[in-house]
Amino acid sequence: MNQDGADKSRRRFLTAATGVVGGVGAAFLAVPFLSYWNPSARAQAAGAPVEVDISQLEPGQLINVKWRGNPVWVFKRTDENVSDLEKLDGLLRDPDSDQPQQPEYAQNKHRSIKPEIMVMVGLCTHLGCSPLFRPDERPAGIEREWLGGFFCPCHGSYFDLAGRVYSGVPAPLNLEVPPYHFIDDNTVLIGEDEGDV
Amino acid sequence: MSETRGSSGGLMGWVDERFPATKMWNEHVGQYYAPKNFNFWYYFGSLALVVLVIQILSGIWLTMNYQPSADRAFESVEYIMRDVDWGWLIRYIHTTGASAFFVVVYLHMARALLYGSYQKPRELLWVFGVLIYVSLMAEAFFGYMLPWGQMSFWGAQVIISLFGAIPVIGDQLALWIRGDYVISEITLNRFFALHVIGLPLVIIGLVVAHILALHEVGSNNPDGIEIKKNKDANGNPKDGIPFHPYYTVKDTFGLIVFLIFFSIVVFYVPEFFGLFIEAPNFEPANPQVTPDHIAPVWYFTPHYAMLRAIPDSFGGVVVMGAAVAILFFLPWLDRGRVRSIRYRGLGFKVAVILFFISFVVLGYLGLQPATGLYTILARIFTAIYFGFFVFLWVYTYFGLEKTKPVPERVTMP
Repeated sequence: MNQDGADKSRRRFLTAATGVVGGVGAAFLAVPFLSYWNPSARAQAAGAPVEVDISQLEPGQLINVKWRGNPVWVFKRTDENVSDLEKLDGLLRDPDSDQPQQPEYAQNKHRSIKPEIMVMVGLCTHLGCSPLFRPDERPAGIEREWLGGFFCPCHGSYFDLAGRVYSGVPAPLNLEVPPYHFIDDNTVLIGEDEGDV
Repeated sequence: MSETRGSSGGLMGWVDERFPATKMWNEHVGQYYAPKNFNFWYYFGSLALVVLVIQILSGIWLTMNYQPSADRAFESVEYIMRDVDWGWLIRYIHTTGASAFFVVVYLHMARALLYGSYQKPRELLWVFGVLIYVSLMAEAFFGYMLPWGQMSFWGAQVIISLFGAIPVIGDQLALWIRGDYVISEITLNRFFALHVIGLPLVIIGLVVAHILALHEVGSNNPDGIEIKKNKDANGNPKDGIPFHPYYTVKDTFGLIVFLIFFSIVVFYVPEFFGLFIEAPNFEPANPQVTPDHIAPVWYFTPHYAMLRAIPDSFGGVVVMGAAVAILFFLPWLDRGRVRSIRYRGLGFKVAVILFFISFVVLGYLGLQPATGLYTILARIFTAIYFGFFVFLWVYTYFGLEKTKPVPERVTMP
């Protein structure tokens, strides 16, 4: 390259300016390329809230509904189940639900709006497998007293009937309580807090 | 045999004046001098290249009949297996090729450890190699999802959840990777795109860089000495022989033996006792039902065992990531001046053997359920795996290694 009489500072400025403008352009272009991976409008619509009729739900019965493709359990606890929840505190990792795994209105002993109705995302907080419902039968390999709960077959985590995780298992957190509210006594809307539009 | 451009006349002369065909051939094959003492361990580089070609070819053919949709993916794989002429063969070649790739690459990496092929001046060569390994893991993971069986689905669920375990940004990141609130057809489609075009391009580019770096610094050898230090009157290494015909012939022999084993698996044990194709993957994906026991394909089980050994999701992810990431730093952790295990201290020999054992045992543990004794063993062997790197640094940095004298010229058996 012929350097005779070249204005090097001018050349440097032009090179840098081209680089900066090009870099800004590339950064802007990255936005559509990255946003392309976000859930599409159709995927978002498919993730809309789900209405569940619980008028037929008997005490001790669990129904499995699908919300955003995930299993969501609606379980009606018996009175005994509700009183049993008190007995387990010492065995649990987070008995008072201090970790943000539930909306504020479910941060209580029974982790639900009504003590007898439990609404919970049925995915283990370890690696997302779906735990099995074991209301009475003690799962194989567990030595402790079993007052009913959920057992994850993947990596052996277990939870009580409020989805609270036992200590000493791989799952770090209680099961997640999704946002939900009661439209009336017999209908739950899963996926939306009360007052959300 | 002329090095001067275009002097050969004829058709090659015409081409050489317009494209450096002869020049490139000589540089990388005809007059690439490799040490004359290569042994068994040196087959696996060229074999990895062959497997890459096998995978690309069989992969393109599978794409011709595969449908990346949640409704039809599983069915289209069955269609390939049952209704397409020779479809079963093409698919079994591809599934066996995936496992063969890891067999060959793990042996190739073990060779580098044994003979110090990552040491100065081959650090970048090693780094490119580890990048290929990481890309290969991603490629295999995306590919395993495509048949849309139970293990495809739940394996992907577990792996994507790993990203969800990252504090603060985890949930958003996992959502962005899936493109949906759960793993769905949207996820399947993007994994298909990455598997058939995105990562293959990356891998091919990295392989080119790997070979260029190799030919720039020259091949290491079982004695771990620089053959370029001893050159004859023509400037060629005295202990070197041209890659062609010497190593093309040797590698062809290795290839034939490899293809015998490869064919035995393809024709007689394509599922390889549930290790290459796992039993739950013969059922279509069902997001509502988790298989009783989730284990990844064998080549990921050492990492999976480490993940489960840590009683905390994020901690497990960090340890698993570190198990791969630490490989990048190997050339700088090993401060030893002697490359080959033949002349290294006893400490190195013991450590490297323990390291290989820990990798194999972790691989076994990753296939077993994570209960009592298995978890304790996984913790012990995870500590040994990482202990190797810590030991290697301490051992060499503080000059504790007592090496044997290294010969001037390569030794032949």
